Formats: sequence, C-alpha cells, structure tokens
Amino acid sequence: MSEQKLQSQTVQTTGHAWDGDLQEYNNPLPVWWVYTFYATVIFAIVYWTIYPSWPIGKDWIGGVSDITYVNSEGETKTHSWNTRALLLEDLNQAAAAQKPYFDKVASMSYEQIAKDPEMNGFILSSGKALFADNCAPCHQAGGQGVVGFFPNLTDDDWLYGGSFDTIHETLMGGRRGYMPTFGEVLSGQQIDQLANYVASLSGIGHDAAKAAAGGALFNSETAACFYCHSSDAKGRKDIGAPNLTDNIWLWANVPAADGDEGKIAAIRGVISNGLNKGVMPAWAGRLSPEQIKVLTVYVHELGGGQ
Amino acid sequence: MNFNFKHEWIETNIGLMAVLTMLAISVGGLVEIAPLFFIDKTIEKVEGVRPYTPLEQRGRDIYVREGCYTCHSQMIRPFRDEKLRYGHYSLAAESQYDHPFQWGSKRTGPDLARVGAKYSNEWHVQHLVAPRSMVPESVMPNYPWLLSTKLDISDVAGRMKALRKVGVPYSLTQADYDANVAKFGETVAKQLHIPDAQKNLVEQANFGNYDGDRSGISEMDALVAYLQVLGTMVDFSKHADDAFVDNR
Repeated sequence: MSEQKLQSQTVQTTGHAWDGDLQEYNNPLPVWWVYTFYATVIFAIVYWTIYPSWPIGKDWIGGVSDITYVNSEGETKTHSWNTRALLLEDLNQAAAAQKPYFDKVASMSYEQIAKDPEMNGFILSSGKALFADNCAPCHQAGGQGVVGFFPNLTDDDWLYGGSFDTIHETLMGGRRGYMPTFGEVLSGQQIDQLANYVASLSGIGHDAAKAAAGGALFNSETAACFYCHSSDAKGRKDIGAPNLTDNIWLWANVPAADGDEGKIAAIRGVISNGLNKGVMPAWAGRLSPEQIKVLTVYVHELGGGQ
Repeated sequence: MNFNFKHEWIETNIGLMAVLTMLAISVGGLVEIAPLFFIDKTIEKVEGVRPYTPLEQRGRDIYVREGCYTCHSQMIRPFRDEKLRYGHYSLAAESQYDHPFQWGSKRTGPDLARVGAKYSNEWHVQHLVAPRSMVPESVMPNYPWLLSTKLDISDVAGRMKALRKVGVPYSLTQADYDANVAKFGETVAKQLHIPDAQKNLVEQANFGNYDGDRSGISEMDALVAYLQVLGTMVDFSKHADDAFVDNR
C-alpha cells in the first residue's frame, strides 16, 4: 500500500529508512515563504543601519538616522535616534504649539487672563487636564473635596485665602494644617461647652447655657481658641485657621452626623483630638511656573475665587 | 575536510538535541542582555540614589507581598504623555538597588515610579484603606489590615543581610560603614548600617508617623514611607533635560 502511494508521488524522500520501510518525504519550502524569509533578512540589515543596534565593546552602533532637538539650556543638538531624544523632539513640537498661549500666560496678569475669553478657553481645557492629573485625587474631579480630608475648592470659604496670589502661594509651597490636641488640656465639660458654642455659630441646635460658657472659654487664656480662630471665630487666613461661623465643615463631618447631638459630638472630636493633617504637597518642583499659573486661574474659577 | 554533518545525529540523540535546543533559544536573550553588562553607559551617573532605609525596605516587602506590582508599574517610559502625567522618565540608576526591580509590565492602576511626595501621607492611608473614598472610579481593592497589623521588625536585619549578599551596599563592618559615609554621606550611611537596623526603623517610623497613629508601628507606616520615597531621590532640576540622552 505505502509503496504504491510512494510511486504515485513525484516528491523525493529524505533517503532514510527506519524500521525497514518507514520513510520521510522531503518537501521543499514554498517559494513565497523562502522569498519572504530573504526579505526579512534584508529588512533586518536595513533596520540595523538606520537605528541603534549592535553593541561594540563598551559602546554601540547609533545608526544613521538622527534627531535634532533644543534642550532646556536652549542649545540645538543633534543625536543619533533613540527614544529619549525622540521624546525631546516631541516635547519641543508640543511646546512650540502651546508657546503662544503659555507666553501669554506668563506675560498677562491674573485679572487680564480671567477677562480674556480666548485665554479663558485655554485655561479651562489645559487647566482641567492639569487638575485631573495632579489635584483630583484629593480635591476630586470637580474640586468638591472630601469632608474630613480635603477642602472643597468650589465654595467661597478659603482656609488660606482665595485671591490669585494666595492660591498661587498654596500651589507653590504646599500647606500643612495643624490644631493642638485639647483632650488632655481641657475637661470633658469644657470641650462640650466649646462644641456647643461652635455649633451655635453655625445655627446648629445647641444648649444655650453651654454655648454661653463655651463662648467665654473660647476667648479665655484657658482654651485660647481666639489666638488662631480670632475672637469673632471668623478664623485667620494667614495661618489657615478656619472660619467657624459659616456652617462649612472640613474636619468635623457635621453634614453626615445625625441630629444636633451627633453634630456636636463630631465637633467635640476635633477639639479633643486636634489635627495634624491637612497636608497639601508643594508643586513648585513638579510643575512649570506657567502650569502653576494656569492652575491658579483654574482653581480661582472653580467658583469660589476672591 | 572530511566532515559530513548529518541531521540524523541530532535526531537520534535526545540529549544532544536538548542541549542544542537550549543553546539556540538562549541566543535571543544573550545578545540583548549580555552587552548591557559591558557597555559603560547602561546606568546613568546621577547623585542621590541610595538603598532604602530599613522602614522603606520593609514597606517595599509589603508592596511585593500584597502584589501591588500586578497592577502598578514603576517604569515611566520616555513618551510625551507619560512625561506629562508622571514626570521625568525612569532612569536605570533609580532602580539599581532594587532586588527584584518593580518595573512591571502591566498597568491596571497608574505608574508609581514618581508617586513619592505627590500626595500627603493621610491621602495614602485613606486611599489604601478605602480607595473609592478618595478616587470614586478606582477598581483597587481595599487594604484595611495594613493599618491594624503591627509591623514585624524582628527580622529586618536579616532581610538587609540577604540584600547585601546580592549587592546592595548595606554595611555590617566599620569598613563598610566608612565606605558608605564616603559614598552617600553620614546621614544616609547611618540608615544603611545593619546592626542599627531596628533602632533606625523605629526612629524613622516615630518621627514620620506615616499612618497618623502614634500608638505603634503598623504595616501602613512602612508602606507609606516606601511610597513617599519613590522617584524622589534624583533631583532633576540639577540636570539639563537632555542629560541622559546619551545613555540610550
């Protein structure tokens, strides 16, 4: 049977015979396959010539293609092709496209930028991308913040001030919130009185007698709240002490607390434990001066700018 | 020459075939990897890169234990979009003391190579405990036990000794220590001294208070300390933006 089949084929065998009659056809590769293979060999040689390829001793062949870019020192340089040089060329092109806008950002005052409709469009689009990459993880995509953690940027309450200059200062240098722990300094009764007073300032249901005592304590040397929050409890923006009279809450999660007693308990918690958080990182080293200026205007325009 | 090569020799000798197969498939790896050990410019010459402190190293161990690398890379590639989102591309020099490196090959979450100093400690703590409370669209799992699990510091010296064996310059002897002082400065050299590992770890954790809880040292302290140092060792403001172009 196998012999009959073999005779009807024109294909050669390899000439081996195993177990007496077991033979193997020697089919040549299809012509298209062979030429494709040669083509890939030629492609590889062309590729080696153009791009970085073979190592030689302590260096390597850079290839004949090159890239011209302008570096941060303003020098124009040509380098054999590599991804790091390609990145610089790419950044040069993007910078050239954005240059008219960033030049304008650098030369105009905040007020001029805010009034110029074209610049406003640029701030809205580039500022939104910058905000999403750098600010949104804490302040959230819309700038609404997280009660108990990160301030809302869309209201008109500002811890450190909502002017262009103070927002810029906050972005450049970062901030660090601090309030001392009063749990060991004051009695539970005193803390309760203070919490009732603070609640009364925002129109939350409270015990009038406790609030009155708390008000006296607030402005006394015992608790000394007024040093930072000022005697009218409106806060001091130079040190980031919050206004306590506007019913806007960051650290005490009053909006989520149940009933007046719950709200007062939330305030008591902050007075007892103090705060050593509220850290905003500094962006001066991470973003360019123009990017920080764009973000300043963007944050100012989120709704609460002053 | 009376040398008549026959395929039959290989085809009828499985041992020879196995050896030759392995030689053939290792060529690809060898021609790509081996030259890197001889080329001068493989690792960029930059200042500031140092081995991790004991606390950071323990944080890194937790990073590996929890499998953070399965979703997060630590390798910023030289592309415009990555530069804009993450910062300067990663240098080989920056992971020279990582064993194993955490470059990764897949991003479900963002790259973490330069996450250090980008967010506050409390953000990291809250985000690790409950990621969606900080980033609503996140798919990252919760890691609440990091905050409640006390950090095991008993074996930190042993871990550093193991890393020393694979080439990380932690010091055991006075001579090693002096060499580290010359290389990294005294402040860093003290942190790299294995006999003081536990003391250094406790000091850094108490001083940094990374998890916001002073009552003890949790695994969170270590992990946040590690995350906060990622990508911060090289000061890129000291280098022109094309300083590392020659290295590729």
